[in-house]
Amino acid sequence: MIVIGAGEVGSSIAASLSKSHEVVVIDTDEERVESLTYDLDVLAIEGDGTSLDTLTEARASDADMVIASTDNDETNIVACSTTETISDAFTIARVKKTSLLRTWENSPGAFGVDFMVSVDLLTAETIVRIAGLPGAQDVDTFSNGSVQMAEFEVADESPIANQSVQEADRFESLTFAAILRNGEVTIPRGDTVIGSGDQVVVIGSPGSVRKFAATLTPDPALEEANEIVVVGGGEIGFQTARLFEQRGIKPRLIERDPERAREIAEALPGTVVLESDATDIDFLGREHVDEADIVVAALDNDEKNLLASLLAKRLGAGRTIAVVEAGNYVDVFEAVGVDVAVNPREVTAEEITRFTREEHTENVALIEADRAEVLEVEIDEESVLVGKPISEATAEFPSGVVVGAITRDDEFITPRGDTVVERGDHVVVFVDTTVLDEVSPLL
Amino acid sequence: MNVRVDWRASVSLVGTVVKYLAVALLLPLLVALWYGDGLVTFGATILFAVLFGWSLEQFDDDPDLGAREGFLMVGLTWLTVAFVGAVPYLIAGNGTVAQPSYALFESMSGFTTTGATVMGDISFDTHSRALMLWRQQTQWLGGMGIVVLAVAILPELSVGGAQLMDAEAPGPGIEKLTPRIAETARVLWLVYLGFTVVEFLLLYGLHLAGHAPNMTLYNAVAHPLTTMPTGGFSPEARSIEAFSAVVQWVIIPFMVVAGTNFALFWHVVRGESSNLFGDSEFRFYAGAMGALSAIAAVILFVGPTLLGPSNPVEVAGQGESSVRHAAFNIVSIVTTTGYASMDFQAWSGPAKYVLVFAMFVGGSAGSTGGGIKIIRWLVILKSIRRELFTTVHPEAVSPVRLAGKALDERALRGIYAFSLLYFVLFLMGALLLAVDASRVGLELSVVEAVTASAATLGNIGPGLGMVGPMGSYIDFPASSKLLMVGLMWIGRLEIIPVLVLLTSGYWRS
Repeated sequence: MIVIGAGEVGSSIAASLSKSHEVVVIDTDEERVESLTYDLDVLAIEGDGTSLDTLTEARASDADMVIASTDNDETNIVACSTTETISDAFTIARVKKTSLLRTWENSPGAFGVDFMVSVDLLTAETIVRIAGLPGAQDVDTFSNGSVQMAEFEVADESPIANQSVQEADRFESLTFAAILRNGEVTIPRGDTVIGSGDQVVVIGSPGSVRKFAATLTPDPALEEANEIVVVGGGEIGFQTARLFEQRGIKPRLIERDPERAREIAEALPGTVVLESDATDIDFLGREHVDEADIVVAALDNDEKNLLASLLAKRLGAGRTIAVVEAGNYVDVFEAVGVDVAVNPREVTAEEITRFTREEHTENVALIEADRAEVLEVEIDEESVLVGKPISEATAEFPSGVVVGAITRDDEFITPRGDTVVERGDHVVVFVDTTVLDEVSPLL
Repeated sequence: MNVRVDWRASVSLVGTVVKYLAVALLLPLLVALWYGDGLVTFGATILFAVLFGWSLEQFDDDPDLGAREGFLMVGLTWLTVAFVGAVPYLIAGNGTVAQPSYALFESMSGFTTTGATVMGDISFDTHSRALMLWRQQTQWLGGMGIVVLAVAILPELSVGGAQLMDAEAPGPGIEKLTPRIAETARVLWLVYLGFTVVEFLLLYGLHLAGHAPNMTLYNAVAHPLTTMPTGGFSPEARSIEAFSAVVQWVIIPFMVVAGTNFALFWHVVRGESSNLFGDSEFRFYAGAMGALSAIAAVILFVGPTLLGPSNPVEVAGQGESSVRHAAFNIVSIVTTTGYASMDFQAWSGPAKYVLVFAMFVGGSAGSTGGGIKIIRWLVILKSIRRELFTTVHPEAVSPVRLAGKALDERALRGIYAFSLLYFVLFLMGALLLAVDASRVGLELSVVEAVTASAATLGNIGPGLGMVGPMGSYIDFPASSKLLMVGLMWIGRLEIIPVLVLLTSGYWRS
């Protein structure tokens, strides 16, 4: 594994990979290389990731994967192309510009990049997904959108608090995958009682997940949420507004810089762009931000996002979603009153991690700072699941594994004990991280 | 004074254009040969154009055109061409147009596609067929633009060509259809020529089929030459009233086409867009004409019963003819053509007000029409809506969009400035005409002064009252005629390129 560029995203990817792989990190900054050498169990090389000499030194020709994650889009792409000339490694480039991403999507493999990922766009997509499901802390989709995984916090007044799972699970195609209580992952059984303050992870068809969400909270669904305010016109804020617009919603976006505000207003005809400071209370009152159903704080630093979302919440906004760059603040944010904190790096890691997994792993979602994972697996001949009822197959798994959903040709199938999994099916499985290494090869 | 504009280069290029005007004069010369009338007139004019053009060219043997010289060249070209175009009227020496101020007015009205006339007797009894064809032809040359034509054929104009066309072409900004500006200019002229030929074929075909007795070969050539440039001159004294209803129906769509952005047709021909209605300007343009025509048609139809007895019998209560006359005259005024299918002076008051309103609409950008232009109205309406929105939301950043594209605030300022200047010049023009008329004891009503000013500045042609569709501008004093020559000139070049020449900042650094 080679990671080029040891910025924030690069280092965190290197750190998470170093647990299970041999990782080489390349960076131009001498000090950063020095500190990485001591901080992480990786080989850090000082050099230019786009030069053949450096790549040879990092032994790119033997690498399985090269991840280019510098702050410069073009550098990342050139690094991947250069790697491609000497190696068969799988190349991943991180980009900011969506235009580059679009080119790559139109012709996958363009620029010698095997996978291209845009942090800002991914973050925006996550925000919009979460916004689309009232009350959700995290949402991910699998099997081309026919399966949805969602995480909810159960509040005191929630109708399912103090109910057993059997009572709460009134939906045909919904599976309660896990309950997280004080950071502990519990696999629920029919008689497990859901306490207030618990987080529940459910997997099911998007319709059932939505119905479940509706029973938890009176907040309106996205289609009815006509008041959405995005604070901050950075790339994440811009993309978020754009995605809302695509869903037929007219969001409002607050940006302080006049030039940037104008730029966004020109690019997004369906968005009302307001040029102001989002912490100006008079302004927030005048624009009725207190009546907003959802406020997304996507400013360029965590403190400002915290302030903006708390302010909006205090004024009376319905639900606040804040972007948090520092992963370890996610809990803090949610503890002080921000409804959902989204960490761009975790989102990116989810996307990149799936390539470091077994080949048939189609998709990965990380739950609560990687305490558990939800995997989408395409079933082949070697899988223990193939050709027998689920109840039989799961007996071979350690505890901490739940089959959440099955799709056959994108058709949703509710897994029951007697459901037989066939070759080519996509299975969405919840796996506790502690048993991940044991379970993955079996699937 | 230190003049920073290389006026010699501009003058020299104007000379080249004038020289080439001699080529255009060959057509009336041929007609003169055919009918054996007017040979001397056009032979002499060609000689004059060549000599005059050649002598202007001597100012600079290697003209190098910069941005500033471009404005001067465009402005001077239109003045000079109007002067040269007046020469045949003077040499022929027949009728009222033999007087210098009359001849200049008629020539400027021709080139600027205004269609206002000071010809006392519009008939072949007084004027040769060659001269009448020249009168039609001046409009055809001016329609798509003399400078655009020059850019199309003169290689030395390729560098500054885009800016030159910008100064001349109607509407804010030009659209390059091809990478080379000369190619774009050729494309525009080709589309223009194509429509002219099609109209000719249709009109002459109707004549051969027996549906249009008056549409002789001569008339079938003469009318497309003034329909496509939204000109309005006709060798018939009664304008299009002289022709059958079928002919009037056929001319309506061609006037509509002439007032449409010609670039749109190019896109349709190239298969880049299948539908004209995909263009927001065209939608608005068609909608405005449709709505105004409908209103006028209703007023004409019900006039005698509800709105007073004044509507003429040929339209009152007559379904087809009230629709036809309403549509024809409204389209004619909106596109700034200036034809008339009947004497709309006889319409009832409300119907005439609809016409006055239509005078301020104008054609599309990139068409041959004059006036304020649909696109500017569209932008102004949208920015008013924005203004109302930002009053409620002072922090809102809301660009004005046209066809999904945000407009630059500078372009918006240009549009406001133009529209304001347009109204200022229009009001000043009306005032000066009224003052000048009372100086010589001419009785001029307010409506006459106002519509005369609007009709010349907007390059429309007929107004109301004395200057109505069957009337003329003969009775104005010479000074008023010269004033209107100026209004037509300024209106055709869309004010700003001409006013720029009057600022001291233009001439110095």
